[in-house]
Amino acid sequence: MSAASHKKYWKQNLKYLIVLLVIWFLVSYVFGILFVEQLNTIKFGGFKLGFWFAQQGSIYVFVILIFVYIRLMNRLDKKYRLED
Amino acid sequence: MDIQTWTWIIVGLTFALYIGIAIWSRASSTGDFYVAGKGVHPIANGLATAADWMSAASFISMAGLISFSGYDGSVYLMGWTGGYVLLALLLAPYLRKFGKFTVPDFIGDRYYSNVARIVAVLCALLVSFTYVAGQMRGVGLVFSRFLEVNINTGVFIGMFIVLFYAVLGGMKGITYTQVAQYCVLIFAFMVPAIFISIQMTGNPIPQIGFGSTGADGVYLLDKLDGLHRELGFHEYTSGSKAKIDVFFITAALMIGTAGLPHVIVRFFTVKKVSDARKSAGWALLFIAVLYTTAPAIAVFARTNMIETVNNKTREELPQWFNNWETTGLITFEDKNVDGRIQYVADAAKNELTIDQDIMVLANPEIARLPNWIIALVAAGGLAAALSTAAGLLLVISSSISHDVIKKIIKPSITEKGELVAARLSAIVAVVIAGYFGINPPDFVAATVALAFGLAAASFFPAIILGIFYKRMNKEGAIAGMIVGISLMLYYMLRFKFDWFGGGTKEDWWWGISPEGFGTVAMIINFIVSVTVSLFTPKPPKEVQQIVDDIRIPSNAGEAHVH
Repeated sequence: MSAASHKKYWKQNLKYLIVLLVIWFLVSYVFGILFVEQLNTIKFGGFKLGFWFAQQGSIYVFVILIFVYIRLMNRLDKKYRLED
Repeated sequence: MDIQTWTWIIVGLTFALYIGIAIWSRASSTGDFYVAGKGVHPIANGLATAADWMSAASFISMAGLISFSGYDGSVYLMGWTGGYVLLALLLAPYLRKFGKFTVPDFIGDRYYSNVARIVAVLCALLVSFTYVAGQMRGVGLVFSRFLEVNINTGVFIGMFIVLFYAVLGGMKGITYTQVAQYCVLIFAFMVPAIFISIQMTGNPIPQIGFGSTGADGVYLLDKLDGLHRELGFHEYTSGSKAKIDVFFITAALMIGTAGLPHVIVRFFTVKKVSDARKSAGWALLFIAVLYTTAPAIAVFARTNMIETVNNKTREELPQWFNNWETTGLITFEDKNVDGRIQYVADAAKNELTIDQDIMVLANPEIARLPNWIIALVAAGGLAAALSTAAGLLLVISSSISHDVIKKIIKPSITEKGELVAARLSAIVAVVIAGYFGINPPDFVAATVALAFGLAAASFFPAIILGIFYKRMNKEGAIAGMIVGISLMLYYMLRFKFDWFGGGTKEDWWWGISPEGFGTVAMIINFIVSVTVSLFTPKPPKEVQQIVDDIRIPSNAGEAHVH
């Protein structure tokens, strides 16, 4: 494995990290905290949306984010033949 | 059968199970003792991490805390789960690739310095000891409440059990007992929640149930908001804390989670890098089961409690009220002598005080569930407290035997000698933890929450920069860690313990509470680290090589430094 391809692998990894962490920030800090009142004006079932994100939705998204990352990285490892 | 008999039977059975597992999975090498021989399956590691992570506080106190604070309780829900995203994406795979035994190992090698190693050991010990004392206390509390033994006897029994499997099995024993403990604690948490959800909303899934309508056709949350307004509390679904503080507390808890040594070390126990990622995913999934149920329990318990007791006379109260009143955790003082309980926000008129911890413990009784379920909750609380205590004790003992004795004091020590040292330090750590469990210094409760701030302010930046910033050198990392943890300690001692002139809420910097200050200290740690490193020499070539090496999962074709 050459140093150049390692660099490419690392860059792609960083790209994934940025996208996933933006979503991570959005569902918790933005939806659950900063704009919670605005979202609370929307209701689905018995839940106000902002409250739901703070106490339920953000946690579901966190779990999904990690499993998406696992998939993306497994594929990337395969592409660069870096599976251990 | 009565509750006591059931509790002895169920707790006895679970303890026998833990001891059996410990005997079956004895550690025979330091690799077994520190990292379970690096052979744990990712799902097993996920289960163990979840049990390790969820302490007596998660199991017993959290739902109650949310129940009394409503939306403000979200900081714990988001804070104690969101950290796993950081762990899975930013820490676990790289630390596993690095492939040593402890967090100070990484800091010491990456920053080519024993000073950095010692600073890291001190931070690890400080964080872990503040945390473990609370766990032993939790064990004692559950014993005294459900089995009516003296609280100190409870702590002794807990110490003995933990000692047995931590000393014998090390990380290997702890891992497999934690798998069993997760199963016990999640079963104990879910069964009452499901029953209560069916009773109150007809829906067996609590996560959906608390957004549904009750028997009267009104949405449960709307009803609760209404009750809160009527009694003068702030609305359940909206907060009373300042937004900036909610933001900073959530961040401190998330980052602290990702920086806790007993959580990080769990990712050293799997076979390969991809397994480290996977086990973080499984861990969060298993944790999420409890963390998404807790807010539902909070709503059920709160509604139930207000409707059952408010404006009732003593004769109308159910039996559980008297049971818990004798423990002193519920008190009723009839201030206006009308013979009825007034439960209101106004402290001058309120006649009822309820300890938040009983929300989970009393819930099965409030919902009139059978006695064996109440006993199960006791076993679940013990499983949560014991599993966390064991994980912390392992961090303490490996810090001493590996990071201090093997790496600094006596590098020539044999493998056998190190294993003996590890077991001896585990014994000493259990005894100290037990001492704090029996004689809790009054600062324990306050510092458990702050342990997260300390972890965020000290480790997190050093590890992240160590992986993502090749230019980071030892001068920067050491300066950052020292400034970060000192600042956090200063703020905590000043505003929690009244040192350095003390101060009130008005004196908080930018309105940020000590619980949220870890985020500020972490940011300052980052700034100091980077600035100092830019004015000091680059790290040596072979260290930059380590960084390149941990960034790729395999060792294909690359020369290895370690």
